[in-house]
Amino acid sequence: MTVVERPRALADQIRPEPSFGKRVGHYVRRHPGGVLGSTLVLLIVLIAIFANQIAGQDPTALNPAERLAGPSAAHRFGTDNFGRDLFSRTVHGTRISLGVGFGVSLAALLGGIIFGLLAGYYRRLDAPLMRLMDAVMAFPGIILAIGIVAATGQSIANVILALGVVYIPRVARLVRSVVLSVREQAFIEAARAIGVRDWRLLGRHILPSSWSPIIVQGTFVFAEGVLGEATLSFLGVGPPPIYPSWGTILSEARPFIREAPWMMILPGIALTVTVLSLNLMGDGLRDLLDPRLRRRA
Amino acid sequence: MTRYIIRRLLLAIPVMLLVAVTTFLLLHMTPGDPVSVLLGPDATVEQIEEMREALGLNDPVHIQLLNWFRDLARGDLGESIFLGKPVTEAIAERAQPTLLLTLLASLVAICVGLPFGVISAVRRGSTIDVGAMLAAMVGISMPTFWLGLNLIFIFGVKLRWLPVQGYQPLSEGLWTSLRYLIMPALTLGAAQGALLARMTRSMMLEVLHEDYVRTARAKGVSERRVILRHALRNAFIPLVTVIGLTFAVLISGAVVTEQVFGIPGAGQLLIRAVNRRDFPLIQGIVLIVALLYVIINLIVDLIYVFLDPRIHYS
Repeated sequence: MTVVERPRALADQIRPEPSFGKRVGHYVRRHPGGVLGSTLVLLIVLIAIFANQIAGQDPTALNPAERLAGPSAAHRFGTDNFGRDLFSRTVHGTRISLGVGFGVSLAALLGGIIFGLLAGYYRRLDAPLMRLMDAVMAFPGIILAIGIVAATGQSIANVILALGVVYIPRVARLVRSVVLSVREQAFIEAARAIGVRDWRLLGRHILPSSWSPIIVQGTFVFAEGVLGEATLSFLGVGPPPIYPSWGTILSEARPFIREAPWMMILPGIALTVTVLSLNLMGDGLRDLLDPRLRRRA
Repeated sequence: MTRYIIRRLLLAIPVMLLVAVTTFLLLHMTPGDPVSVLLGPDATVEQIEEMREALGLNDPVHIQLLNWFRDLARGDLGESIFLGKPVTEAIAERAQPTLLLTLLASLVAICVGLPFGVISAVRRGSTIDVGAMLAAMVGISMPTFWLGLNLIFIFGVKLRWLPVQGYQPLSEGLWTSLRYLIMPALTLGAAQGALLARMTRSMMLEVLHEDYVRTARAKGVSERRVILRHALRNAFIPLVTVIGLTFAVLISGAVVTEQVFGIPGAGQLLIRAVNRRDFPLIQGIVLIVALLYVIINLIVDLIYVFLDPRIHYS
C-alpha cells in the first residue's frame, strides 16, 4: 500500500507554491477589505498630488465677508471662521496628513531597523538597546509626542521626529525577533565563513528576510502617524496653524459647532477614511505577505 | 513564582529610572536656551538669569540630573512657572475629572468590547458578526476627537439631551457629575472597546476549536455553559492584559477628550502648560502619567501569574 501512496505524498510535498499572480487573484476574492483599502489609499495619494487641480481656491485665502457661510455653489462645503474655503482646505490637508504619516513611518522604520539589527546581531548590544526601547514604550505615545514637540518647538519636522520616536521600539522589536531567528541559520554561518563583513551580512543577507513584516508594520505606523499628526494638531501642538491640517481645521471647528456644523464634516470624513484605508491595507498586506498566517488560513 | 514576581519588580526599577531620565532630558532637548524660549523675546538679561537660577540650569548637567532625582525621591516635582504653586499640587487639583473619566471610559470599553467580541465569535459570519467587526474597524480608525464632536452635535446641539461641555465635581451630586461625563466617556471608550471586541473575537475563535470545548459539547453541556464556562474563561486569560492596559491607555487618551469637552482635568493642564512652555509642569505631568503606565503594566503582569496556572515562571 505504501508503494501506491508514497509518490502522491511526495508530489504533494514538492508541488510549487502558487505563482504570485495567482495568489493576488485568489486574494482579491478572499480579502475585499484589503483591496478596497489599497484602492482608497491610491486615490488619496492622487488627491494629494493633484490638490491644486482638484481644489482651485487658495486654502489660506482670507475672506471675512463670507465668514462661516454654509455650503453654496461657490463653496461646496462652506467656509470657516475666516471665510476660507473648507473644500480646498481639506483637499490641501491631504498633503500634510500623508506627508507627515509617510515621514513618521520612514523615521520609525529607519530607526527601528538600525536598532533592531544591532540588538539582534550583536549580543552585547541587545540588553542595553532593548531596555532603551522599553523606556520609550513605557511612555504613552501621545504624551511622549506632546513632550517632545513641546521641547523641540512646533514644526512639521519636529512632529515627524516626535511621532517617529514613539513608533521606533515597535519596529525595533520586530526586526530583532527576525534577526534572532535568522542569525543561527546555515547560510549566515556560510556567509560569515567566506569572510562577508558584518554590515554587508546584515544589509544583504539578514535584512531581506524581514522585509515582509517590516512593510506590514510600516503601513500600520503610517496610519498611526496620520492619526497622531491630526491629534497633535487638534490639541494645538502640531505643525504651526498656518498649515491646513485636518486636525487644525477640526480644532477650529470646535467653537463654532452650533453656528457652522459643516466645518467639521469634510475634514473628519477625510481623516477617518484615510486612517481606515491604511488600516485595511495593512490587514490585507499582512494576509498577503506573512507566510505564517497564509499557511494557517 | 515568587522568584518571578521579585524579578519582575526589580526589572521595573531600571525602566522607571529611564523614564525619569527621559523626562529630565525633555527640557534639555530644546534647541538653544530653553529660558529665552520660555520668557520670549522681550525678556531682560536679569529676568533670564533669575529664571536660569530658579530652574537650576546654571549647574552642570550631571548635577542637575542628581538634583532631579533627589527632588523626585522627596516627591518634589518643582514649581509651576505660571501657576506659582508646586507641580504636585497643581496636578492633584486636576486629578479627579481625569481619573473619573478614565474609569467610566474603561467601563464603556469593557461593556461594549467583551459582549460583542463573544457574540461575534459564537455567531461567526452572521450579520451581527460582520456588522460588529465593521463597526470595530471604523471605531479604531475614527479619531476620538471627531467622534466627540459628532456626539456633541447630535446629543448636545440637536437633541439637547446632554450638556455640550464642562464638568461638575462629584461633590455636586453623582447624577449632575455623570451627565457631564456620559459623552466624554463614550468618546474615550469607543476605540478601546472596538479593539477589545476584535481581540475577544479572535481569542474566542481560537478557544472554540479546542478539544475540551468539543468534549464539553459532546458530554451534553448546554451551549451557554460551554461558551461562558469553558471557552470564555480560557480566552479570558490573554484578554486580561488588554483589559488591564485599557486604563493605562485611556488615561493618556483623556488628554484629547478633555480638550474636546472642555473638562478641567490633568490633560487640559498639560496642553495649557505646553502652550505657556511651563517646563516643570510639562515634565511633572509626563512623568506621573508615564509612571502610572509602568505601574499598571507591572500589576497586569503580576495578575497574569495568578490567573494562568499552566505557565511556570522561572
